[in-house]
Amino acid sequence: MNPTASWLTLLSFGDQGWGDELLFGACLSLGIAMSAYLVGMVLGLVGAVAKISKNRLAGATAGAYTTIIRSVPDILIIFLIYYSATDALRWVVSFTGLTSQFQLNGFVAATLSLGVVQGGYSTEVLRGAIVAIPKGQIEAAHALGLTRRQTFFLVTLPQMVPLALPGLGNLWLVVLKESSLVSLIGFTELVLAGKMAAGATHDYFVFYCAIAFVFLVMSGVSALLFQSLEAATANPGRRK
Amino acid sequence: MTEFEGYLASQLLTGIQTTIVLFAGCAVIGNLLAIPIALARLSSSRWVRYPADAFALAFRGTPLLVQLYLCYYGVGQILSGIPAIRYSVMWPLLRGASCYAFFVLSLNTAAYCSEIWKGAIRSIPEGQREAGQSLGLSKTRIMISVLLPQAFRLALPAIGGQNILLLKGTALASTITVFELMGAANLVRAQTFRVYEPLFAAALGYFLLAVLVTTGFGFFERRLARRY
Repeated sequence: MNPTASWLTLLSFGDQGWGDELLFGACLSLGIAMSAYLVGMVLGLVGAVAKISKNRLAGATAGAYTTIIRSVPDILIIFLIYYSATDALRWVVSFTGLTSQFQLNGFVAATLSLGVVQGGYSTEVLRGAIVAIPKGQIEAAHALGLTRRQTFFLVTLPQMVPLALPGLGNLWLVVLKESSLVSLIGFTELVLAGKMAAGATHDYFVFYCAIAFVFLVMSGVSALLFQSLEAATANPGRRK
Repeated sequence: MTEFEGYLASQLLTGIQTTIVLFAGCAVIGNLLAIPIALARLSSSRWVRYPADAFALAFRGTPLLVQLYLCYYGVGQILSGIPAIRYSVMWPLLRGASCYAFFVLSLNTAAYCSEIWKGAIRSIPEGQREAGQSLGLSKTRIMISVLLPQAFRLALPAIGGQNILLLKGTALASTITVFELMGAANLVRAQTFRVYEPLFAAALGYFLLAVLVTTGFGFFERRLARRY
């Protein structure tokens, strides 16, 4: 095949090209990244509250969690979570006697393992945002007779958003790129789809360039979105 | 120590040496490259600024895994198709994965650190530059003696964090067949079908290395803060 004309056919949609497979993979990558981001956000919120709580055990656990996530390679943690979660669930399922053949859904496994990694990073971002809220706000809420839960959800959380947004935007870009790692636990997202296409056609350069370009576009668009979100939520009245 | 434990330990010790060499080499090259790239990105000439910006955008906007794949499989394929390279003395080096891992990890670190340096240089008060000018210092002199030393102090904590990320990034070199700590753990895992022992041992290894790097940077930061 003519090498200069062939890459267009390779990336086209339909039977001839791999464009549809790559597009589907890109959608899965986005899906994985989004769900892992949400899992990470929930874990991060719990971790951040645990870190600043007066409970020593909760603080130490959250501290150990973030330290480990920040110093051990993400791919290693993803492997460990993937295997231990599959084993644990298989054990639970066989224990209840439902079925002996149990396979964890790939999307769930990928989301879970990536989400745990992401949770460690968001803990730090959210903790920073909570700490940055002036103490007077909390004291005022207490003086108004709000309970601790009300204070957290009505006073702390809404004020955290503009403070945490730059960090959360960064985290989204990180998780978008890290979603490529779940290809290593066998989940067919964009990178693994491209790897298969490259292996089948032996056109490695074309396909990896295409994948890199798709990631570049996805992170570029996200960066612009977060920029406008930051501009929209910035409260000029509170800026000093 | 059982036979398995001995085997695991010997493999991991071989692997961690490669990890350390890979990390140290890329850290030195990446951090040194970061400064000229940051200066290029701050340059007033667009012919200098645009290529540097494009370089940083490309490396910061794509996953490290894809960069490794693209270089090792993609560029490697093209290089092997050129006879002049295929039959040159360089080929034994270019055939292996290590040089691609070195190349990608160094440039990746350079791209991220250039962003840190750029921010640090920009955040130095304008008065510092003006003071340098009023003393009659040349532009280069101002940059070397006035702006960069101050930027270094501002940038150091973030650069420490970036180097930890580089250490974690070296684990991905195992995906392009570089036999480092993660690769060693994967090998033992595949040979013995024991999942947890090799992975936990490798995790411990990375943890200790990360503690070492963090302590080193912390020491450096305190030394630097003490001066002046």
